[in-house]
Amino acid sequence: MAQPGKSAMKPARFELYAGRTLLVVAMAITIVPFISIFTTALHPSGTVPSGLAWPADPQWGNFIEAFKVANMSVLLASSTFIVLAVVPASLAIATMAGFAIGLLRIPGSRLLFLLFVFGLTLPFEGIIIPLYFLEQQMGILNTRFAIVLPLIGLYMPFAVFWMRAHFINMPAEISDAARADGASTWDLFWRIHVPLARPAIASLGILMAVWTWNQFLLSLVLVEDPLQRTMAGALGAFQGHYATDIPLLCAGTILILLPTLLVFILFQRQVIAALLEGAVRG
Amino acid sequence: MLEPSRAVPRPAASTGTRRREVPLAASRLSPSLWVRREVIVGWLFVLPALLMYSIFVLQPLVLTIQYSLYRWDGIGVAKWVGYSNYITVLTVPDLLETIFNSLRLAVFFSLIPVSLGLVVASVIHRVATGALGATARTVLFLPQVIPLVAAGIIWGWLLALTGLVNEILTAIGLHNLARAWLGDFDTALPAVGMIGVWVLSGFCTVLLLTGMSKIDPALYESARLDGAGWFTEFKAITVPMLRYEIAVCLTVTVIAALAAFDIVYISTGGGPGHATAVPGLQIYILAFVERQVGLASALAVLLMLLVLAIVIPLQWLSRESPR
Repeated sequence: MAQPGKSAMKPARFELYAGRTLLVVAMAITIVPFISIFTTALHPSGTVPSGLAWPADPQWGNFIEAFKVANMSVLLASSTFIVLAVVPASLAIATMAGFAIGLLRIPGSRLLFLLFVFGLTLPFEGIIIPLYFLEQQMGILNTRFAIVLPLIGLYMPFAVFWMRAHFINMPAEISDAARADGASTWDLFWRIHVPLARPAIASLGILMAVWTWNQFLLSLVLVEDPLQRTMAGALGAFQGHYATDIPLLCAGTILILLPTLLVFILFQRQVIAALLEGAVRG
Repeated sequence: MLEPSRAVPRPAASTGTRRREVPLAASRLSPSLWVRREVIVGWLFVLPALLMYSIFVLQPLVLTIQYSLYRWDGIGVAKWVGYSNYITVLTVPDLLETIFNSLRLAVFFSLIPVSLGLVVASVIHRVATGALGATARTVLFLPQVIPLVAAGIIWGWLLALTGLVNEILTAIGLHNLARAWLGDFDTALPAVGMIGVWVLSGFCTVLLLTGMSKIDPALYESARLDGAGWFTEFKAITVPMLRYEIAVCLTVTVIAALAAFDIVYISTGGGPGHATAVPGLQIYILAFVERQVGLASALAVLLMLLVLAIVIPLQWLSRESPR
């Protein structure tokens, strides 16, 4: 972060304290909801606890109970399967397309680019109805592929956009040198540019993994069995069944958001950078 | 004949590229043959992405428009009805209301987070450049990474009759304000809106902060030497210099509001009555519960048009950015 020059006058003391107080309040408002569901999750199952009170007898067992009733191990496997089916495939085909549009600049690439960009603002609700009927015809409704295949398609506008933005900034000298050494287009892609694009590909991968994990609408509509859904989709079903058992619901919610929270904390810098870059470019 | 490197003029949008217009060398084949082969290879690179996009996005998009012109229950024979589904959406109060609700929601999802984001980001930029600022960045961003469904469940509980919000109100002596926020006709929509504020403010803050760090510090320096306070600096430098980032924030958050589904579905289900019904939810109910596929599709088309009608002007706004 660019610190204003050393010669800049320091903000007044009052402003310093007022500003920092504001920040602390903002952070508290962000964090308190998490704390509230955590303390709630520790109350005896079936009770209606009050907001932030620490329970007299913390029921750590609620987490185990929620893990069992939500069939969490199956869910984890299902979500992981969906993420692993969506992300590498999307990365591969988007990187190739971004390479052709941004670096090879094949004839028609401007049109192709516009075609992909057109999809950037598309709300999922706009296509969910025909997707249902198309998948019914294809016989993949209610399987995990009902989520996987459309997600790959739906990520293409952003992913191609993202990878093109990377490739268009690569200096031409790199490709020219490789070409002079007789590299084929595939060599140029696979041996030279994919290794160079690794950071861009990694950020995109993290982003798509988080989006997939959190995807709700497609899960809800296209897959009836919650156990074949993404985490967020399953959470929706879990809420339906346990809406009245607030401690258990909170425990389940924590378990389900834990993985994304962990990914965020581990890859914090990349996730923030990726999400912001994505937004700015979009 | 097309020369590979010239085939496509560089789009104006890509800033900061230093790519020189050097044709790809290394053609030992005759030029035209080489070009033709390269073009085919290049298209093969695009093909998989284009196929997935066409099958699972463009095709359904066209089908949505087609469905919207029919009356269909999803099983039997579809009956051509022309644009009458659109008339229905625009005249039946419960359906039209969903569009107005989503616009109201946009005030909360968009205007409030962007304004809050501007204030908080400029505070971080001015008085908390060290560890506090870094911590604030991380913490404020947290709601953005959890599933919206989880945000809906968390706030469903916080805003419940016995939830934390009412408890705090009671504690500070405002117990007569306490209510089931999401179940009350007057407060349900603003309450859903506040969930959006919680989710999106941190995102806007961090994005605007990134933009602020790119502003030339000399501008602030000279302003401060002139004795400018926080507000003057904010009004005269920060906001005008951040036009592009503000437009981006508005775009992302407006889409989030108009296409809201997860939060509403989980926290209110559109109720009480139709107080929080939004197009996304109504499309789902019409198509998959009430089996009025054509009507649902018409609403979907209108929703997409609404998004474009708001997003495209925002893009122009950001193009005229001074930078």
